Formats: sequence, C-alpha cells, structure tokens
Amino acid sequence: MRPSLIVSEARTGLRRNMTMTTAAVLVTAIALAMFGAALLVSRQMNYLKGYWYGKIEVSIYLCGDNSDTTSCPDGAVTDAQRQQIQADLEALPQVEKVYYESKQQAYEKFKEQAQDSAMLSYITPDALPESFRVKLVNPEQDYTIVASKFDGAQGVERVVDQRAILDRLFAALNVFRAIAWLIGIVALVAMVLLIAVVIRVAAFSRRRETGIMRLVGASNFSIQAPFLLEGVFVGVVGALLASSFLWALYLLFFNALKVKIPLFAALFLSGGAIWWASGVLLLIGVGVTVVVSFLGLQRYLKV
Amino acid sequence: MIRFDSVTKIYPSQARPALDDISLEIEKGEFVFLVGASGSGKSTFLRLVLREEKTTSGTVFVAGKDVGTLSNWKVPQLRRQIGTVFQDFRLLPNKTVFENVAFGLEVTGRPQHAVMKVVPEVLELVGLSGKEDRYPHELSGGEQQRVAIARAFANRPMILIADEPTGNLDPHTSVGLMKLLDRINRTGTTVVMATHDAAIVDQMRKRVIELDRGLLIRDQSRGVYGFAR
Repeated sequence: MRPSLIVSEARTGLRRNMTMTTAAVLVTAIALAMFGAALLVSRQMNYLKGYWYGKIEVSIYLCGDNSDTTSCPDGAVTDAQRQQIQADLEALPQVEKVYYESKQQAYEKFKEQAQDSAMLSYITPDALPESFRVKLVNPEQDYTIVASKFDGAQGVERVVDQRAILDRLFAALNVFRAIAWLIGIVALVAMVLLIAVVIRVAAFSRRRETGIMRLVGASNFSIQAPFLLEGVFVGVVGALLASSFLWALYLLFFNALKVKIPLFAALFLSGGAIWWASGVLLLIGVGVTVVVSFLGLQRYLKV
Repeated sequence: MIRFDSVTKIYPSQARPALDDISLEIEKGEFVFLVGASGSGKSTFLRLVLREEKTTSGTVFVAGKDVGTLSNWKVPQLRRQIGTVFQDFRLLPNKTVFENVAFGLEVTGRPQHAVMKVVPEVLELVGLSGKEDRYPHELSGGEQQRVAIARAFANRPMILIADEPTGNLDPHTSVGLMKLLDRINRTGTTVVMATHDAAIVDQMRKRVIELDRGLLIRDQSRGVYGFAR
C-alpha cells in the first residue's frame, strides 16, 4: 500500500473520531506532563543531593566568645588549640580534606545566602562561629570516629554532621518524590488505557474498510499501519503539549526565580534537563502508543 | 483448483460438524453451484477456501497449496488470488464506484497508473461505464453487486467466490448478474457460487454440489437445484 494512502486513511480515522482523538491527545498530554514532572522532581532531587552532599560534610565549630560554657569552659579557642585541632584532623586517615572557615568567611557566606534578608542587619561577623569544615573519605562510616575524637576536645564547641540535617530534609523530599512518581505512573496507566480504547473505537468504526482489505488480500501491515499512525499522532501531539507545559512551567516559575535569586541558579535544574525530559516524553509517547495500538489491534484484525 | 481431502470442520461450541468428511475437487475454469439449506455448511466451505477458518481434520488445497499450513502473513497472498462477492455487496458508502474498485487494488499495493488503467476496464466489463462517480446509495441493488464483482475481479483472481450474490436481487436482475458471472467464468476464472436460488441453478445447468447438514449428498455435473422441491 502506498504511504500516501496509509496517511490519508489515518487522517480520515482521526477526523471521524474527532472527540475521541481530542480526549486521547489531552489525556496523553496531561499524563506525560505529570510523568515528566516526576522525572524532573527526581532529577532535581538527585541534583540537590549531589550539590549539598558534595559541599557539606562535617563541621567542627570552635569555641567563640558567645559559646556555651559547658562545652567551652575556657572561653574562646586559642591559637594553639586551633593549630592542634587542625594538625590532629590532618593526621586522621579518614579525613580527606580540611577547610578552615573564619568568622569573617562565615559571615561572607551568610551574607551571600541571606541576601536582602532582614536578619542581615542584626548579624555581625563576631556572632558567627569559626569552624573546620571536614571532608571525609567515607562519610557514612567515618563520622562517628571523627565525632568521638573531637567532641569535647579543647576549644571545640560541638561537632555537627551536616548530612544528618540533610537526611531529614531529603526524607521529606523522598516522600514528595514518591507521590510525584505515583501520580505520574497512574496518569500513564490512564493514558495507556484510553489510547487502547481510542484505537479499538477506530478499528471498530472502520471495520467495513478493514474487512474489505482483508478480503482483497491487503497485507496485515497495510491494515494496521493507519491505526498505528493514528496512535503515533496522538502520542507525538500529547508529548509535544506536555513538553510545552513543562517548558512554560520552567520558564515562568523556576527560571524567573533563578533570575531573581542567584542562589537558586545553582540549586535548580537548567533548561538542559527540560530538553532531556522532553525527549524522554516523546519516546514514551511514541513507544507506548505504538505498542498499545499494535497489541490492541491483534484481536481485532485477526486473519 | 480447489480440492477438499476428507475435510471435517467442527466449531468449538457445536457438537455436530459443520462439514463432515467432505472430499471433492473443482477444476480450473469450472462453474460450480453450492446448494443446500441454511446451516448445511456452504458458508463454512467458502470460509475454508478463503482460510478464514482452518479444518478440524483433512486438507484444503487451493491452487495446489495446502492452505491449512499457510503461515498467517501469507494468507493475504492467497486472498489476492480469490475474488469474493457477498449477498450484502460490502461496498464503502463514502466512496464512489470508481474509488470502491480502486480501493481493492490500492490496498494490495498496485501502483497508481495500474489502478487508473484497470478500473475503467473492469467497470466496462461489468457494464457500469459512465457510472464511475456515483455513490453506492445512488445505484440499484444489481448495480451495487456489479461494483462488488468489479472489485473482486479487478485483481484478475483465479477463483471467484460468490456467497448468495443474488440473495438481495429480484429475478430479472439476477439473470443479468448470472450472465456477468458466466462471462467472467469464460475468461478462465473458476467460479464457486453458493445459492438458494433454484431458478438460477436450474437455468444455468452447471455442476451442482449439494450439502446437507455438513454432508456431501450430491455432486452432479449439469445439475438442477433439487428434485423434491
């Protein structure tokens, strides 16, 4: 059968079931948008995790003038104590790297993160503690060793595993991600079922044509191709709509935030991720519709 | 051209065989009437030839090939060698006469220039020249059946199967249609026609195969519809 004939058959089929086709396109678009959102949420979380976990390890806060007296009975840390702590840290095999952060540096960092915040006017460099930022070779296991060694040491106010805070944050985010996936997958199932129905209806409404085609000996491919094409059309248009929706969301919301608040620029995914998600959605849209159309037709177009 | 070798067909839901140990042979170029009451197995016979069904036991040969062992994707090849006409015409209502005939050629992959050449030829053969642009509902029953015959014959099949082609037509129109089928038969095409129309069978004096409840009860060359009727 000539390709132009297949295309024109598919077009007739789509036109004849306009309402159904529109419904299928919309449901596909919504389902893929939700699925795409789940994809992006996952990716965003992995990105955040990499970002935070890469930066934050163990902080050893040193005693300052305002420190708690139980852990710092002798007042602020002395130069000798500071040097001792640094030397001890560097000697530990579990420690990969040690950064020293002075009060001034801590203040600069705070200023950067709390831009425009009213709090900024109350905070002075002296209010912030100086610290050693420690990167561990193997953060999961080595933390307790390092913590027990330095907790209570002279001049150390406290040892904080920043990861523990992040873990709590990510536990909450994990729930969010699980919900996003659940919604995405349920929507995808709805899409599969609706496309199956649309293809069935198309096959039913054209049973005269397909009957005659079988009768005169049209190949199975010729009979199925128009239906496959209809399915692919629904999948592609749905995927394009879903991608546009994700782009709109990204540009209007996230990108706007990124422009306004520089800190977010580093935290949020870039447009590349949206391209990636759009590609995945297109693949899923086409793949799912082809498979569903093909399987859905087997029963209908038996020789 | 068509050979049945001890063919039995039992449908899953039925105890009595639709065809019971049928053996017969139809030669190339023959014109055969298949007669019998409803449920006698005529339709099953035709469906087996078209490979719409498979035998329960026994073998059906069409053009020397065992159609039972034909793989599914080769079935269309078989059907291109067999033209089929039904009582209900089976035309596409939204296509013209020309398009209906062309559709059968196009979907089997015939190139456009061949379609443009063949369709007017067969329409002339069936006597519908000048009515190419009519729609099926604008034609009489006899004319609609001619369109169906044109479509069935456009591929120049070796076999033409007609399942009660005159069932919806008045006697006068039926006679004209039989003349057309006879003409097609004279081109060398084997014609197998299932019918209830006694007058036509008696008039044509062709080979008659009679089935009764799945059994072959009569195979007579130059036969009539039946004696006790």
